[in-house]
Amino acid sequence: MEELDVEPAITNIPAASDGKHLGFAWGPGDILAYETLYMAPGSGCSFIHEVRKDEDIYSPILRKLFNESHHIFVGLQTIREDLPSKNKKTQFVSISKNYRSVIRACMEELQQVAETLHPYMKTSVLVLQVSILLAIELIWNLCEVLFIDAAPAGPLLLHLLDWVRLHKGDVDEKAREVLQSESPAEHHDYWDVVVSYVLQGRFEEARQMLVKQATLQPAARNMYKLMDTLLSKMPFYNPGGTQTLTEFDVKWRHWHEEVDRCLQDNSFASNQHLEIICKILVGDEDTLLEHKELLSTWYHFLVTRLLFCHPTVKPTELHYYAQSCMTMFLDLRSVPEPLDSILLAAFEFDIHQVIKDCSIALNNWWFVAHLTDLLDHCKLLQSHNLHFGSNLREFLLLEYASGLFTHHSLWQLAVDYFDNCPEFGHVYLELQIERVPLDTERKALKVLRICEQRQMSEQVRSICKIMAMRALRNNRLGSALSWSIRAKDAAFATLISERFLQDYCARGTFSDLDLIDNLGPAMLLSDRLTFLVKYREFHKLYEENRFSEAAKLLLSLITAKIAPRSFWMTLLTDALPLLEQKEVSHNLFVFSSDKLIVKRLPFSLFTSLCSQN
Amino acid sequence: MCRTDRVPTAGILWLALVVIMFVARSIAADHKDLIHDVSYDFHGRRMATCSSDQSVKVWDRSENGEWHCTASWKTHSGSVWRVTWAHPEFGQVLASCSFDRTAAVWEEIVGESNDKQRGLSHWIKRTTLVDSRTSVTDVKFAPKHMGLMLTTCSADGVVRIYEAPDVMNLSQWSLQHEISCKLSCSCISWNPSSSRAHPPMFAVGSDDSNVTYGGKVQIYEYNENTRKYAKAETLMTVTDAVHDIAFAPNLGRSFHVLAIATKDVRIFKLVPMRSDRKESTSTGPTKLEVQIVAQFDNHNSQVWRVSWNITSTLLASSGDDGCVRLWKANYMDNWKCTGILKGDGSPLTSSSGQPTAMSTIVGSSVQTSQNALNGMSAGR
Repeated sequence: MEELDVEPAITNIPAASDGKHLGFAWGPGDILAYETLYMAPGSGCSFIHEVRKDEDIYSPILRKLFNESHHIFVGLQTIREDLPSKNKKTQFVSISKNYRSVIRACMEELQQVAETLHPYMKTSVLVLQVSILLAIELIWNLCEVLFIDAAPAGPLLLHLLDWVRLHKGDVDEKAREVLQSESPAEHHDYWDVVVSYVLQGRFEEARQMLVKQATLQPAARNMYKLMDTLLSKMPFYNPGGTQTLTEFDVKWRHWHEEVDRCLQDNSFASNQHLEIICKILVGDEDTLLEHKELLSTWYHFLVTRLLFCHPTVKPTELHYYAQSCMTMFLDLRSVPEPLDSILLAAFEFDIHQVIKDCSIALNNWWFVAHLTDLLDHCKLLQSHNLHFGSNLREFLLLEYASGLFTHHSLWQLAVDYFDNCPEFGHVYLELQIERVPLDTERKALKVLRICEQRQMSEQVRSICKIMAMRALRNNRLGSALSWSIRAKDAAFATLISERFLQDYCARGTFSDLDLIDNLGPAMLLSDRLTFLVKYREFHKLYEENRFSEAAKLLLSLITAKIAPRSFWMTLLTDALPLLEQKEVSHNLFVFSSDKLIVKRLPFSLFTSLCSQN
Repeated sequence: MCRTDRVPTAGILWLALVVIMFVARSIAADHKDLIHDVSYDFHGRRMATCSSDQSVKVWDRSENGEWHCTASWKTHSGSVWRVTWAHPEFGQVLASCSFDRTAAVWEEIVGESNDKQRGLSHWIKRTTLVDSRTSVTDVKFAPKHMGLMLTTCSADGVVRIYEAPDVMNLSQWSLQHEISCKLSCSCISWNPSSSRAHPPMFAVGSDDSNVTYGGKVQIYEYNENTRKYAKAETLMTVTDAVHDIAFAPNLGRSFHVLAIATKDVRIFKLVPMRSDRKESTSTGPTKLEVQIVAQFDNHNSQVWRVSWNITSTLLASSGDDGCVRLWKANYMDNWKCTGILKGDGSPLTSSSGQPTAMSTIVGSSVQTSQNALNGMSAGR
């Protein structure tokens, strides 16, 4: 089948069109456009236009669709491989129905909003999106019937009938109108409703409507009784019953012959409407085609024709009927629409064509991504090896999830999708998660948690570094320090520790004491940081009058050689008041290093300092 | 009860075929002359614009999506061609290049509290790079894993790579490499891949109109042993002036993708040939097999800019037809144009240009539907 070809849409930018160029810049969820001139002088209108995809207009409503389908998606990924296939099939069908109900819920909401809009907006994008969702649900439903449920001959027709009935709701609306009128049997739409019911195989309702007409025409009572009998006797296959398909077929043929006999006998000849219904029941193509308006689509025609000509149709036979029905129903001049091609491909069981056409036809990755994923789980997709070695399912999921990443809250959903793309999910996530704006510390921590859970160490480091840098620029040293510790960035930690120490020298006090006092083993990240922590500890000990411990610490700081050179004088100065403490000089006396000359402490302290040189 | 009677008719689904885009917002940039470049920062929360009016402006996006100009200052003594952001790991840093033969590095200084309240910030010049003898046509930061490195290219045909060894001191930059490309250079692009499998690589485009010199795109690769950049490849099939060049973000592929803006849009695939590892490091740059992936001449004459979106799923190009075109590859690697932005001939004039989003939607959707229907009938 030829690939669908699409003309790209033109978006108008309020800018000059003659003799000017249009510059652009890619943003996270948009593209900026502006008037400019490349390599030529000129003046210009300096407006920058933010161009977005239409989805942004109704994204609050779509958000629910994205959220709920994400939930279904994640659940689907966890279905155990080892379950027997019968159980799996039931689960897959149930999941498919869940997806569809989510689509319908979204449609309803959009419709409600569309109705509250200004009446001039008849071609508003909202109405458009509702139509797109309708098409999506129609296609998905058919895929569920044919591929996932994979109904065999017998139930197949019943499912197709359900499918058609679900998507032809105007019958009920018309019926309501007719029934609510004063004399329903005389309503101008009455026969349309009856015929529509028949065309959809809704015989109970057809019979109830016919009763109303019968009471108005007592003279024709026998004719109406006959029709009622025919309608009531039409066999419908019962999947749960004991009847085999062959037995059903036999029964059906008998009934079919009976109807035909009525036609030949001219039993309904005097009532044009009943005659038409009889012809429909016998499956007369011409009569069916005369009711194109009521059928409105070729696929309705297809199902109706099958209902009255070949109710035991096999899945493999579908495409013959589909093709011929489409040809018969559509004008010779008209071109098959994308939707028609997609449905036809489905009836031909060409799953890849369905997905391919849907990708092209619908600017909506959500649909193809989730449907393909489900079909893949049903093991219905042969793995096509694409040029970069991935497969179709993954390609679509990556496209969809990448789109989600630009939303300020939906990006978190995207993570789960990437997680379930074994080939490229990880690298896509790496690339995109770095771009999530770190507006608040809370958000940064959220992003970090996601990265840490997936061992994305480079991204962790990068995010922490960005936060540390930001904090440092704003002179929030404590924050900068904790971020650089988290980033395991020794160099940066050193830098910030220096700042702390500089601060101390300038002001005589430390800031962020809580942080420094409780670093624990993190202080070992860099020498300078260790020094900072220990130096602060020294001060604490001093304040608490624990002079001998303070002195011991100070001494170890000196001998451990982690003090920055610029700090030696400070340390020396700090030592002086200690020497006045009797216990200190006593202890220093005892604990001094072998380089110290015991007797003259100030001098020895000086000596030991020099020996660091 | 959801009304399902509206089964999509033919026309409606045709409308669905197109990616509908609309102008959400228009920002009055208030430059006194042509804007030459607009650049988003890494997170998409700030942007910088530069102009022939010799100034650069920095804009911040608020939570409700509105843009506010937080700085505006004169940067050069000639038209400013390009402006670009460093990775936020290095702080808030910008680089600009100009017709005045210089490139400059700017850093934002966190201002006084009353400045913050007024939503203003200050940018100070950290360095001016004056080595070029001609107009500096492009300025780009190298991928962050290489450190804080800045690259310029000039009309004098020289690519210069500078490094700031101490990222906390942006006034110190040293010229690490000076590469003579022999042809006037118009654009550079770094390969963003940070994989160890790919040594640092950049591409240079030349807009030299001299046709005797063959390929107008050169690829350079860093050699660990010689500690220098050596030419890995010249794209001989590109013989017309090249105005822009862009490596696509690498997404775990073993090959590179390069887009070129010349007399048409061209996309190349560069496949490193897997030779014996030992051999390749000593005998020079990796051999690259060059394949053309796509070529589009829809812009009619010259294409001036090409750029990939963040996920490299879309390529945009701007050309002489006054349009911006968006290109996309499907899963079979077939490229198609999926959207066009075009001036409608009625530029905004008021300084408070804020067209209501709704009316623009209707306008553009009607336009696009018209186009789609026209396109449908014309194409058949």
